[in-house]
Amino acid sequence: MSAAAPERVLAPLGRRRCPVVGARRLGAYVVLTVGDEAGPRPQAGQFYMLAAASRWGGGSDERPFLPRAFSVMRIAENGLQFMLEDVGPGTNRLAELGAGDDVWLLGPLGIGFARPRSGRRPILVGGGVGTAPLAIWADELGASALVALGFRDAAHALGAALIPGARVATDDGSSGHHGYVTDLLRAELGCDPRSEVYACGPPLMLEAVRALCAELDVPAQLALESGMACGFGACFGCVVPTRDGFVRLCVDGPVLDAATLDHVEAH
Amino acid sequence: MQAGVTHLPAMQLGVTHLPAGAILNASGTFDAIAARRAFGDGLFEAFPFAAYVTKTVTVEPREGNPAPRLWELGAGMINSIGLPNKGLIGFLASDFPALIELPVPLIVNVMGSTSQEFGRLVSAFAERDEVSALELNVSCPNVKTGLDIGAEPGGVAGLLDAIRPLTDKPLIVKLTPNCASPAKVALAAEEHGADAVSLINTLRAMALHPDPGSRPPKPWLGGGTGGMSGPAVRAVAVAQVAAVGAVVSIPVIGMGGVQSGRHAHDLLAAGATYVAVGTESFRDPEAGSKVARELGQLSAKSGMIASTAA
Repeated sequence: MSAAAPERVLAPLGRRRCPVVGARRLGAYVVLTVGDEAGPRPQAGQFYMLAAASRWGGGSDERPFLPRAFSVMRIAENGLQFMLEDVGPGTNRLAELGAGDDVWLLGPLGIGFARPRSGRRPILVGGGVGTAPLAIWADELGASALVALGFRDAAHALGAALIPGARVATDDGSSGHHGYVTDLLRAELGCDPRSEVYACGPPLMLEAVRALCAELDVPAQLALESGMACGFGACFGCVVPTRDGFVRLCVDGPVLDAATLDHVEAH
Repeated sequence: MQAGVTHLPAMQLGVTHLPAGAILNASGTFDAIAARRAFGDGLFEAFPFAAYVTKTVTVEPREGNPAPRLWELGAGMINSIGLPNKGLIGFLASDFPALIELPVPLIVNVMGSTSQEFGRLVSAFAERDEVSALELNVSCPNVKTGLDIGAEPGGVAGLLDAIRPLTDKPLIVKLTPNCASPAKVALAAEEHGADAVSLINTLRAMALHPDPGSRPPKPWLGGGTGGMSGPAVRAVAVAQVAAVGAVVSIPVIGMGGVQSGRHAHDLLAAGATYVAVGTESFRDPEAGSKVARELGQLSAKSGMIASTAA
């Protein structure tokens, strides 16, 4: 049994120049709010391609050149929120933007999360910046959702404030459970296997979630990440191997049913 | 909507005359079927190109290269996609019915590893009225097959001698920049029956794994080498289009790093009749429309070069 894929919300053709209306630091992360009055309301799990409207290029190795893909983190009153961490030339430039700057925005793109199969309790499992799509999904699911988030350390764990009530694990034990977020997941599934798992995070975490859910026969929807040039199926760069061959994460994902994967690959 | 004066050769695509200055897509840089899934019917209402060139079709299905497939450069990218496609039978069954609904003429790009394979592909599309022209991929640097055919004049001459009798449809030879003389290959293509040439394809390139612990250094891309595209190759494109345009009298479709009407104008001035937009469509799906609009404005100003400016 696989989850019924939701009808995707279509993107307007063409990128939109949109104002940054807010940028705030949260530990190791930046939450960017972008005013998008012309765009439709996205689904949880869908993503956007973002690029700064000015000085996009000229960073490390003269990059960035291509836009960057970000899951929508939340729909705020004044715009769409995105969560990012400065880890390369693209996120470095986006992290320095503030009110008065503009971004190019394309989206919403891809297929988001599907609601839990009947009678199943949603468990949301995030790692690091993978918290982003779980925030908007937790907003939609309401109090029924249990959320567990894993971070490297306490500075990163400040990101957990984005989802009130979330349980926290850190690799170094400086905040919450000392260990992996999958430890928390295993304990929860041990209490109640009638659950459906939603996960987003680094490939090793997603693979651990996939393997655990397969072992316990619990359905899981994984929001994967891959480098992509376009976001709408043109470049064929973001493929991941599934049991049915390669699929493009941008148009066939980024949310995939875990049952379609033999494993989650890391690069 | 031809405007201005032109002495340039033009192409007849079935019932459609493709006016000089028209903007096409580069093969493999815009998947109209996937784009319709993302953008809906809005794509058809403002289709960014005056004619649509498909991704390469091969006789047998291909899965493509393992990930990673992309490497970003300061002004462009390297891709190692590996021509994934459903094969001729799969393409005709599942892609073709969707592509013939497009509001513009359809050009099918094909690649074989032998003249026989090319012949099978060309014959299959020769009988389809909806196909306006065929583009022959003799140059993709991502795969072993196809490389030799386009790298020297004799290979292209032999290929055209074999397949020219199979169809009356326009045959466009997509030239490779990874050879000693694209102009000599282009001339051979014209002499042996090609109706147009298109260039440049991507430049063969390699990126090494960024992990400094990797010993010996290994390539980042799953396919080893890849093809470089984007603004970084634009000046190469202008030089090669000028060299080819100087020796052939058939239409030249110029491409390579085009991001604006000015860039398209440069390729037309160098000798192209048409311009294709490739990598820029990844950054902006409306790039083709933007280039056409800007080119129209430039042409109106200079009165020099015809444009569709649709």
